[in-house]
Amino acid sequence: MTIGLAHYLAVAAILFTIGVFGIFVNRKNIIVILMSVELILLAVNINLVAFSVYLHNVVGQIFAMFVLTVAAAEAAVGLAILVTFFRNRGDISVDDASMMKG
Amino acid sequence: MALQAIAFYLMAAVTVLAGFAVVSARNPVHSVLFLILAFFSAAGLFVLMGAEFLAMLLVVVYVGAVAVLFLFVVMMLDVDFTELRQGFAQYLPIGGVIAAVLAAEMVFVSATVATNGAARLNDAPMASGTASVTNAEAIGRVLYTDYVYFFQAAGLVLLVAMIGAIVLTLRHKPGVKRQLVADQVLRSPKTGMRVVSLTPGQGIDQ
Repeated sequence: MTIGLAHYLAVAAILFTIGVFGIFVNRKNIIVILMSVELILLAVNINLVAFSVYLHNVVGQIFAMFVLTVAAAEAAVGLAILVTFFRNRGDISVDDASMMKG
Repeated sequence: MALQAIAFYLMAAVTVLAGFAVVSARNPVHSVLFLILAFFSAAGLFVLMGAEFLAMLLVVVYVGAVAVLFLFVVMMLDVDFTELRQGFAQYLPIGGVIAAVLAAEMVFVSATVATNGAARLNDAPMASGTASVTNAEAIGRVLYTDYVYFFQAAGLVLLVAMIGAIVLTLRHKPGVKRQLVADQVLRSPKTGMRVVSLTPGQGIDQ
């Protein structure tokens, strides 16, 4: 009944998978794609903290903090790009975002 | 111990279900609210592990800033979201298969790592509260010494992201009068006024 490292890693794995699944099924909706990326980064953070706690090394939590920082920056810039794109085009469909022919 | 297990299973279940609701909700506003719930219960998991500082950081940064930012953007954009959900059923099978395979692989790997890896040497988690230093103090001791340059770099990343977001979303509407300090300072009596000779009884046509 005792909760060990494997339990936390399993939760993180499932959360990561949900994030990947969200990117697959919401292929047209870029807002939900950004939220799925946030879920993936949250899963990575759970992994880092779980390993940090069970290896008795605090460095993992510091890396989780840096991941948190980068995730916040990414969300801010991503949403700013989204707002600019919406202003220029009038919608946010991913399929229409092919101006760069990528 | 049983209480800890109950708390773990409760918060893990809420995290996973909320995460699933984020990607499957019809309304993006509901998605954002479920995202907030997922972050909250993940913070609960962090507390359970003894990483209190990161748990509070998660609540402040994610729930207080990022999720609210998402909420603002979702409410600000006037988009027909039902149209964006087309293809959901089309990508459901392949997405489900890949997700199932990925989840199975990662759970197997993490179970192996947990039972055979280096973490097996420490069966008990790092105690918080009973140790001589608190969690926040332990993080601070390492963060401000060994990782101080990384810490500064993280601050720089945030600064660049902030400036980038402002530059991207700032727009100058034409026709809006704004103050031009340089023009005002450079204004002299020569440019600021002129002498007009008038015949009495008449006005001035501008």
